[in-house]
Amino acid sequence: MKKTVSMTINGAPQSHEVEPRLLLVHYIRELAGLTGTHVGCDTSQCGACTVHVNGVAVKSCTLLSVQCDGAQVLTIEGLAKDGKLHPIQEGFWEKHGLQCGFCTPGMIMSAHQMLQRNPRPTEAQIRHDLEGNLCRCTGYHNIVKAIQYAAEKMAGK
Amino acid sequence: MATARLLGASIKRREDPRFITGKGNYTDDLKLAGMTHAVFVRSPHANAKIRKIDIAAASKAPGVVKIFTGKDMAGVNSLPCGWLLPDLKVPPHMPLATDAARYVGDPVAIVIAETRSAAQDAAELVAVDWDVQPSVTSTEKAAAKGSPRIHEVAPDNVAFKWQIGDAAATDAAFKSAAVTVKKRIVNQRLVANPMEPRACVARYDESTGDWTLWVTSQNPHVHRLLMTAFVLGIPEHKVRVIAPDVGGGFGSKIFLYNEETVCTWATKQINRPIRWTSSRSEAFQTDAHGRDHVTDAEVALAKDGKFLGLRVKTTANLGAYLSTFAPAVPTYLYATLLNGVYEWPAIHAEVTGVFSNTTPVDAYRGAGRPEACYLLERMVDAAAAALKMDPADIRKKNFIPKFDNGYQTKVALSYDSGNYGAAFDKLLGMLDYKKFRADQAAKRAQGKLVGIGFSTYIEACSIAPSKVVGSLGAQAGLWESGKVQVHPTGKVSVFTGSHSHGQGHETTMAQIVADSLGIPMDDIEIVHGDTGRVPFGMGTYGSRSASVGGTAIVMSLDKIKEKGKKIAAHLLEANPKDMEYVGGQFVVKGSPQKAIPFGQVALTAYVPHNYPEGVEPGLEETSFYDPANFCFPFGAHACVVEVDPDTGHVEIVRYLAVDDVGNVINPMIVDGMVHGGIAQGVAQALWEEAVYDVDSGQLVSGSMMDYTLPKADMLPFYETDRTETPTRVNPLGVKGAGETGTIASTPAVVNAVVDALSGFGVDHIDAMPMTSERVWKTVQAAKSKK
Repeated sequence: MKKTVSMTINGAPQSHEVEPRLLLVHYIRELAGLTGTHVGCDTSQCGACTVHVNGVAVKSCTLLSVQCDGAQVLTIEGLAKDGKLHPIQEGFWEKHGLQCGFCTPGMIMSAHQMLQRNPRPTEAQIRHDLEGNLCRCTGYHNIVKAIQYAAEKMAGK
Repeated sequence: MATARLLGASIKRREDPRFITGKGNYTDDLKLAGMTHAVFVRSPHANAKIRKIDIAAASKAPGVVKIFTGKDMAGVNSLPCGWLLPDLKVPPHMPLATDAARYVGDPVAIVIAETRSAAQDAAELVAVDWDVQPSVTSTEKAAAKGSPRIHEVAPDNVAFKWQIGDAAATDAAFKSAAVTVKKRIVNQRLVANPMEPRACVARYDESTGDWTLWVTSQNPHVHRLLMTAFVLGIPEHKVRVIAPDVGGGFGSKIFLYNEETVCTWATKQINRPIRWTSSRSEAFQTDAHGRDHVTDAEVALAKDGKFLGLRVKTTANLGAYLSTFAPAVPTYLYATLLNGVYEWPAIHAEVTGVFSNTTPVDAYRGAGRPEACYLLERMVDAAAAALKMDPADIRKKNFIPKFDNGYQTKVALSYDSGNYGAAFDKLLGMLDYKKFRADQAAKRAQGKLVGIGFSTYIEACSIAPSKVVGSLGAQAGLWESGKVQVHPTGKVSVFTGSHSHGQGHETTMAQIVADSLGIPMDDIEIVHGDTGRVPFGMGTYGSRSASVGGTAIVMSLDKIKEKGKKIAAHLLEANPKDMEYVGGQFVVKGSPQKAIPFGQVALTAYVPHNYPEGVEPGLEETSFYDPANFCFPFGAHACVVEVDPDTGHVEIVRYLAVDDVGNVINPMIVDGMVHGGIAQGVAQALWEEAVYDVDSGQLVSGSMMDYTLPKADMLPFYETDRTETPTRVNPLGVKGAGETGTIASTPAVVNAVVDALSGFGVDHIDAMPMTSERVWKTVQAAKSKK
């Protein structure tokens, strides 16, 4: 019954025998050992499991790992390059966009896609585009500020 | 460089790099060799006797290691209740129910397997023969005649009847009153929903006979004490409890739960580590819920708007069992706050705690204080409406005048310091209140329903001292420990009994230490959340970490400096009494050139070749701080809403907050906690509600699809400011900031909605949340009355 599923996560090849029902998020967490991607719900509301699959932000709890055979996956662990934080990570740190940190990886991966699609979002656009990600600590105030910071920084490059 | 300005500086958080790079260390991230996975079999019924549990088929399922039911757990005791009121009925609360299940989600068996999915599959095969009984979930009906009895020890489903205040004086006040206002106030049930679901990993080590339990806990020492001494009967020192990075708590991770208890017991039985992680659906059903009061409240007033008396009768739903601190929440954490920031000649409150076939209710962010604040602030506005007074004016008329050394309330508490009018005036200035009212009138003329709501609140933090809380029923002390270990190189490890699950202690506590010792923050490590490293601790809840935990650290720092003075004086051939500690050096007073740096004293303490007589080598100190009183943060919040009369939709236009949390260690972190607190309180006012089906007792709002957690586009930027009135209770002058926003915001929003609808003659809405449906119906009902 088991299937071999191979994919590239953060540039590193992965290949594991999986049950066909294994979700991508569990492939990432349990088999690839990358625990920065979190599971906060079981109904695809919270967005803590957001990763990029072939360049598209997805909730990794909504995909089976077998659907991602051959895919390029980017997780929070792959965002900083050569020890240098991505501007969005920097924004979350600078603007205190996190408290307990549990939603943060998903927030950052969602924000990453948001800014790829719309490099200069308004406050209202940021808030709207975060509809797939829940945070219980910050009241979103500083998350919005963090993304505004990142947008400015990325635009200035 | 470290400077004295570290206290009060918005320093970026030291814990953040690991969280923003995915390197956090949460319980579910842990992997151990030989680890098994647990899934609990739970009751699908709100009230059902267990005839039989058949595990035969499930035991044969692939990957199953072992299945246990409650009958296997002979010798294991009930989960304890940690706060005992007089005549409290304490029913047994077994880790796995054996006789009956009393709420949907009550666990009856644990299935342990090689993988989580194997455990889930097998759990489906556990066959429970249920004898389903009628259930009661409603707060008002729980103790009514004919309701099904939930526990033998409480035949009428009443857990306690409790009162506070002066009934006779209150009756007299009502007799003499020019005006009285009576309202029914429902404070709905909420689910805490920290983003990280509860989880545990339990491991028994056969070679040493020691256990290690990693658990999502706000207070690992309390978890260990309750579990070992009361439930499992295993020696406390043989269990190490570690609460690693914890993804939010909001109260729900204070309590000792069934799951970690069963896993700790079972790991020894199977001699393999066990991991259990709650699904979100399980979290909705089993994390302790919050609030759930139904109250009749009455205010007696003089003609001029002066308050004469307050009478409160509350029924509090405790759920199916008594969670760890459940009895304290609707009593000592609620009714003692009913004095608010006002002068009251008389107050009387009665509280009845009832059992129901619902998830146990315990502390949720604010815990009792939001219920008190909501009641008071709603009643103050209703009173203003009855007298046709401006809600700002009635508040100003009744504020306790500024004081800085104690104010005795009518409900037991003695406040530390307060300047309530100043915070409110600042808020009114931010609003430009007069102009606001003029604009509001103009908008109303155009058919726009704009409303404003105030909330002038008080809260009680760092509940203490132990002697007093003990006399009120607490089965624990409410002090905190802080150990400061100076290493020979002058680096410092600090061990605190407080626990950070989002509060940023690794930063704020290092600020306290760096500020005191005049050394860089990089030289300081903050250790928390591990009973194997921290001497003892009571943990983090009730906004107590800075005021109680921080003070314990300050006490140890003072002891370190006193000892250091002796060592430095010896090296300088000076008198220890002539020494002072300035800018990271021990200095002879008046002779700044005669100085020994902190690091040299540290090294000398561990290499004591040239050393004072009678002084022990080493440099570490531990302190236990038991505060003399609570701390009482306060403030004034305002919310501006616009209501769409056709749809009932409520839009928050502005949210303003002036908080006084005493001195502030890190303004950025305090502001962040205020923001998050406001969001949770706003969410209670507008969206959140745990709903049970009346007939089946099912939790209808049992997932994030059904329970409305706030999203980014539902909330505005918050406009925050503060006043600073230091407390004299602790040397830092800090009061507590973790819960203020949640306490203050709910009534501000509801008052704003009522104000927006005031043109229809609406002066009150019984129940929250202010969903479009409820607001629309309120408007329709008001229109039809007219």
